[in-house]
Amino acid sequence: MNTPFAAGQVGAILAAKAAGQDQLLPTLHAIQDVLGFVPPDAVPQIALAFNLSRAEVHGVITFYHHFRSTPPARHVVQLCRAESCQSMGANALLAHAEQALGCSLHQHSANGQFALEPVYCLGQCATSPAMMVDGALHARVSPARFDRIIAQLAQTLEPTLEHTA
Amino acid sequence: MSMQIFVPRDSTALALGADDVAAAIAREAARRQLDVTIIRNGTRGMLWLEPLVELQTPEGRVGFGQVDAFDVPALFDAGFDSSHPLALGRVDDIPWLARQQRLTFARAGLTDPLSLADYEQHGGYRGLRNALTLSSADIVATVTASGLRGRGGAAFPTGIKWNTVLRAPGAQKYIVCNADEGDSGTFADRIVMEADPFMLIEGMTIAGLAVGATRGYIYVRSEYPHAIAILDAAIVQARLHGYLGANVMGSERTFHLEVRKGAGAYICGEETALLESLEGKRGIVRAKPPLPALAGLFGQPTVINNVLSLAAVPLILDRGAQFYQDFGMGRSRGTLPVQLAGNIKQGGLIELAFGVTLRAILFDFGGGSASGRPIKAVQVGGPLGAYLPESEWDTPLDYEAFAALWAVLGHGGIVVHDDTADMAQLARYAMEFCAIESCGKCTPCRIGSTRGMEVIDNIRQGGGVQQVILLRDLCDTMLLGSLCAMGGMTPYPVLSALNHFPQDFGQAAPATRAA
Repeated sequence: MNTPFAAGQVGAILAAKAAGQDQLLPTLHAIQDVLGFVPPDAVPQIALAFNLSRAEVHGVITFYHHFRSTPPARHVVQLCRAESCQSMGANALLAHAEQALGCSLHQHSANGQFALEPVYCLGQCATSPAMMVDGALHARVSPARFDRIIAQLAQTLEPTLEHTA
Repeated sequence: MSMQIFVPRDSTALALGADDVAAAIAREAARRQLDVTIIRNGTRGMLWLEPLVELQTPEGRVGFGQVDAFDVPALFDAGFDSSHPLALGRVDDIPWLARQQRLTFARAGLTDPLSLADYEQHGGYRGLRNALTLSSADIVATVTASGLRGRGGAAFPTGIKWNTVLRAPGAQKYIVCNADEGDSGTFADRIVMEADPFMLIEGMTIAGLAVGATRGYIYVRSEYPHAIAILDAAIVQARLHGYLGANVMGSERTFHLEVRKGAGAYICGEETALLESLEGKRGIVRAKPPLPALAGLFGQPTVINNVLSLAAVPLILDRGAQFYQDFGMGRSRGTLPVQLAGNIKQGGLIELAFGVTLRAILFDFGGGSASGRPIKAVQVGGPLGAYLPESEWDTPLDYEAFAALWAVLGHGGIVVHDDTADMAQLARYAMEFCAIESCGKCTPCRIGSTRGMEVIDNIRQGGGVQQVILLRDLCDTMLLGSLCAMGGMTPYPVLSALNHFPQDFGQAAPATRAA
């Protein structure tokens, strides 16, 4: 949904950036940093500002894993799925995370508060497995450490985190 | 006299609680009314010891490893004495560090990464000062003579690339740093950016002088927010102090530099996809020719180098080509920053002259697997590198020696797997990763990767020898028919896993194909 509120914020960001196409990625980052995602309804507005077709802007947004087209959950949990983390139990950690949050990769938790996303390397490979939660890095993440980190975030949530067994 | 305590700001240290440790030290010092200065240094590269807290003493810096915030009061109680259980003694004497040949990473962990004064005191900007007295051609000749080869994986001679750009006609040339370090098992670029950002800035400035480029970009992946923040801050400082901008060190030469953030696309580590991304487009691989050196960013002549290649340049211009050339073996000159990762006891950054064996890295430095189980396979060179079984661990780290084994040294990233690893599952993952990250331009990569997953699934479900023949055939197509290394090298991990560990695929063990 592109509320007039969001359109205004997108407009302000577009006004501040130069219109050369090389500024498209920095602009999309700026929009997502403010809104948490790039609203599909903002695509025509962005396309107009850059003198690009809507298809071109849509193509760029959807090419990059980083850009979201839907609002994120309150907390974004990114688990590294790459080889180094796999060698230290990332597959088991993922299974644990899916059970603890009650959702699969690319989904939101049952209470809608957590998004579980894959990431392919956070550069913490000497202390695998790694994850990033709301931009904060965690290394040597055991299932128990995962639970502690999530519990700390969930403490501030209503309703409390539901476990599905 | 104030106590100087170092707590790294490196992202691995942060991921293990370094900020909490620093806060606890500040709190404890205030409580005890002690005059303590906390310096947020970079990492020493001994990542398994992070957070590694160091105290400046008259005898040098002494270390305390794997410090938790809860340990801090006890450390103060013990007066940071060497009898504390976490004490490591003088950090410079730790064999893991003392046995390295640190050139690119000589400053890493010693300095505050955002202190320009620290950088200058530790040899910084001497290379650029020398470069400003040389002609462009002489700078290029020095880099060529050093034998430096691209550290991003392809190992192309840096000087030759620069020479092409120098000779190419173009109104606006560019220096682009590829800091899209997406390979699992690599973090050397990250450590350069987080521990010694001015070295990269200096290297890029020298490259600009060498080829006549006045503008540079560092393309950093979005998964590295800490590196981006440090680089941004360092660039502001370099500009303020006249090391960047319209009058570099008073020379009236111009070099502007900015950081661009990636957006989570592995393929943007491929140089032409990276250039497309910098131009604001989808990261689709370009066909070559034209080479980026002739028609790169915005169609202009462009030097595109990996972080480590550019970071090696200040030292070469400071100490001379011969100094650098004296390290290494064969055609692999200088040092290789090995990144030891995965299931390993003592992982981290090991910078050594080319020529050391994999076995020495795994056991002398790594101390064996983290799990304590036997090591089964090591993948060298990232997700597109081959898996090496024990019979190949005596190979020296050298580009040509690895090529002879149908393996790649790449950027020197090593991921260790213990004997619980299922090589067929890892081979399938290689195909899956290729399917997720393929840019989609060429068919062997776009379609081959998905078909590859399916065929490996069939093999794992007992599909028999016919499916294995099909997999080899498919890999052959990807290897020979892909536009870039993404599809072209995915067969390396797949086929090496199949060849060395056929049992994991439900196939008979190899008869006589040891090594």
